Amino acid sequence: MADMKLKKEDFEVVGKDLKSSEEIIRKSLTYWQDAWMRLKANRVALFALIIIIIMLGMAVFAPMMTEYSYDQQMYDRISQTPNSENWFGTDELGRDLFARVWQGARTSLFVAFVATIINVSIGVIYGGISGYFGGKTDIVMMRIIEIIYSIPRLLWVILLLVVMKPGIKPIIIAIAITGWGGMARVVRGQVLQLKQMEFVLAAKTLGADTTRILLKHLIPNTMGPIIINLTFQVPTAVFTEAFLSYLGLGIPAPAASWGSLAQSGTKMILLYPHMLLFPAAMISIFMLAFNLLGDGLRDALDPRLRA
Amino acid sequence: MSENKNEKIDEVKNITESSDVLLDVKNLQVSFDTYGGEVKAVRGVSFTLDRGETLAVVGESGCGKSVTAQSIMQLIPMPPGKIKSGEVWLDGRDLLKYSDKEMEKVRGKEISMIFQDPMTSLNPTMKVGKQIMEALIKHQNMSKSQAKEKAVEMLKLVGLPNPERRVEQYAHEYSGGMRQRAMIAIALSCNPKLLIADEPTTALDVTIQAQIMELMADLQKKLDTAIILITHDLGVVADVAKKIAVMYAGVIIEYGTYRDIFYNPKHPYTWGLLLSVPRLDVNKDLRLIPIEGTPPDLISPPKGCPFASRCEHAMKICKEKMPEEIKVDSVESEDHFARCWLYNDLAPSVNNPVTERRARLNE
Amino acid sequence: MLKYTTKRLGIAIFTLLIIITITFFLMNAIPGDPFQQSRRIPPEILENMKAKYGLDKPLIVQYFKYLGNILQGDLGDSMYYRGRSVNTILADSFAVSGKLGLMSITVGAGLGIFFGIVAALNRNKFFDYFVIVLAVIGVSVPNFVIATTLQYLFASKLGWFPVSRWGTWQQAVLPVTALGFAYIAYIARMMRTSMLDVINQDYIKTAKAKGLSGTQILWKHTIRNAILPIVTILGVAVAGIVVGSLVIENIFGIPGMGKYFVQSIKQNDYTMIMGTTIFYAVLLIAMMFIIDVLYGIVDPRIRLD
Repeated sequence: MADMKLKKEDFEVVGKDLKSSEEIIRKSLTYWQDAWMRLKANRVALFALIIIIIMLGMAVFAPMMTEYSYDQQMYDRISQTPNSENWFGTDELGRDLFARVWQGARTSLFVAFVATIINVSIGVIYGGISGYFGGKTDIVMMRIIEIIYSIPRLLWVILLLVVMKPGIKPIIIAIAITGWGGMARVVRGQVLQLKQMEFVLAAKTLGADTTRILLKHLIPNTMGPIIINLTFQVPTAVFTEAFLSYLGLGIPAPAASWGSLAQSGTKMILLYPHMLLFPAAMISIFMLAFNLLGDGLRDALDPRLRA
Repeated sequence: MSENKNEKIDEVKNITESSDVLLDVKNLQVSFDTYGGEVKAVRGVSFTLDRGETLAVVGESGCGKSVTAQSIMQLIPMPPGKIKSGEVWLDGRDLLKYSDKEMEKVRGKEISMIFQDPMTSLNPTMKVGKQIMEALIKHQNMSKSQAKEKAVEMLKLVGLPNPERRVEQYAHEYSGGMRQRAMIAIALSCNPKLLIADEPTTALDVTIQAQIMELMADLQKKLDTAIILITHDLGVVADVAKKIAVMYAGVIIEYGTYRDIFYNPKHPYTWGLLLSVPRLDVNKDLRLIPIEGTPPDLISPPKGCPFASRCEHAMKICKEKMPEEIKVDSVESEDHFARCWLYNDLAPSVNNPVTERRARLNE
Repeated sequence: MLKYTTKRLGIAIFTLLIIITITFFLMNAIPGDPFQQSRRIPPEILENMKAKYGLDKPLIVQYFKYLGNILQGDLGDSMYYRGRSVNTILADSFAVSGKLGLMSITVGAGLGIFFGIVAALNRNKFFDYFVIVLAVIGVSVPNFVIATTLQYLFASKLGWFPVSRWGTWQQAVLPVTALGFAYIAYIARMMRTSMLDVINQDYIKTAKAKGLSGTQILWKHTIRNAILPIVTILGVAVAGIVVGSLVIENIFGIPGMGKYFVQSIKQNDYTMIMGTTIFYAVLLIAMMFIIDVLYGIVDPRIRLD
């Protein structure tokens, strides 16, 4: 063998060196730190988050940036295309579209966020009860969800609004009480899983309060899925509101919402496409940003779901 | 093989005179591109296998044994995997020079493979019989009815009761052991020269494990198939393999006959493996000694011996230079190699803990 | 298989009964007498209706009467379209909507599956990114925006297709595209994921180890298994197309169920609203049932349950 140049010293015994074999041990991170790291690395999701923050900021501040109010009619400036005075142009009644679009954002986003918070809450409670009691209660409660969702959610919303008559409050209620099925299923699954865990069984045998233990572990365990669900519910609610405006079940005039603006814009599409362009673009960009953020959050918070 | 013979006539001339050799793998190197960098999974593996012989490749998970096996059939996903260099001679033809189209005629016909998890390696939506028939129709030009007859015959051969009914069933109607038998039936249907079994019993119950190993040994005799048995379980190897290759961090660190490896192992890693395996035949209060530490990260493998950091006999040179294969003494006067600096003339002599233990037990 | 089918059928009928019940009591929760809200009904018809529905009787009696009528396939008369029964309106309009829906689902599923397969086979290449972008747009841009944009571009500006109405194939192109678009995107995304999942399965490696060619593996093993989850999504897609048709039919002036339903909402035509809702429910539940049974046929693992 060609190792003639080797010297005796080379064969001095040095023994094990376990440190070097394990030196590439990663710093351990908490779940949230880890999730945040992953989200930060996802440029698309981060960009979407920035867009959402800008849009929320505009909804709050934009109506103050313009001298026109959303319901002020200027009869000398009817149906104008975008210009230096009216940045988004005016509508067929001479109202400033910039003011109306951002006023509409306030309405649409208010409806979306409030409805989402309510339906996620219902979902958590419903799913929690179903999973906690299990057995027959669980079967019945889950069958109810199946039955409700065997016709599209929007049909229920429509029926509820036919009964309640349109308005902001009825729309919020209608969206809120029809959209909790998905959340309920997620929470139920988590509770069932938790109940099986050994520490719960151990606590039970020791006579500890199971409910408290469940709650204590349920909240951190379901936070991820809840946040993801919330993120996907918001654009759905925005879409639902816009859709209802199309059916004449939206928010009544003179209040503006993205949906009602888009709906009146469609009527004028052939003559003045800008009246549809701005509200439609807002709806689309907002939904796009939320969907992208939702995808990013799902990857960050629940790596198992990664497609 | 007949048509390949004409195409590859030049290569056929290169066959080494001792044509007992079926498979000759030379300096195989395989890498995977990952986000973290290039993982050098197999770093220069060479071995030969005779016709009808069984070679066991042993090592812990991630040592490159499965990648080696799948590279022989070019089954590793490429990309991210790539075979960087090496030669795989089967009956005098270098398979690594084959195109994918040419490989199709080798896979299933000359070399077959069975995998670790019989639960997932059968297609759930295709009848088991049809899955056996596919290879027969492809390689043996059989008609559907002929193939079906043969499929029934194969299921009978692997010991499934009621084969006529079983061919019409789906995988979920089989138990785990039956599925692995069906996999063996698929693999052996075209009478291959070489069967690669990648951890064939790992996912099975202990009682079934023995049956499957017995079945493979039995069929090997009947059909004269060579077998490469990949496993992390030395217990499985004992009864079937004539030759054993011990792999660690992408290289074969010791190679020898079954008796060499079990009775006269030379590499400290092999010692570690043997001392950490529980054995039923020896005294119960014998202490098992685990191997401390973890294998190196193959994105940046150490330049010296990969086992050095876990080896109590490690010397300076071990960290500096990868040892060459050194021929060491064999129980059966056959080839027995180890990649270890301890067998250099300049190295201090070290007691062999495996032979020592044996001597102690015999007292 | 028979047991599985009967069980599914039982569930379907029970579900339908619950939905009819909820709809009935919801519509009766509207304050006041539903028939008095619409002042356009002449007194003699109102009397007929009251007699027919037994409005003077307690609600529970009315409910069973309504159920009885439905069992005989009678959904009552429209309050807005005088002299027309809900049944005839639904029959006429379903002929149109059914065709539109069928075309949209065919386009959506066909192109969606095709795009999903091509994207998965060209992972991280141009077409894959195209499908990902398409999928994101599909879920983010509301269908009425897509519909009006198509109408504005291809009908009004370019004049390639008629702006609205129904009957010729040219008139079908834009509404079918608008209605199917979201489902091309949705199904393409699911099919892509499903394909990538199947490609990494061990049995694909088994098939390759057998010596099958790439095409044989793709057709007999990969696509066959990857398409299974798509069958379950079809239910969601059909429901989405039903809802989408409410808007699309109005934008393109198509005389289908969606248009009549929206009309009936605007006119407070309660019998029509109820009738259409129930019809939709029957349609969707029947679809779900068919899809469940279909799934049992294509996936041998289901049959044992």
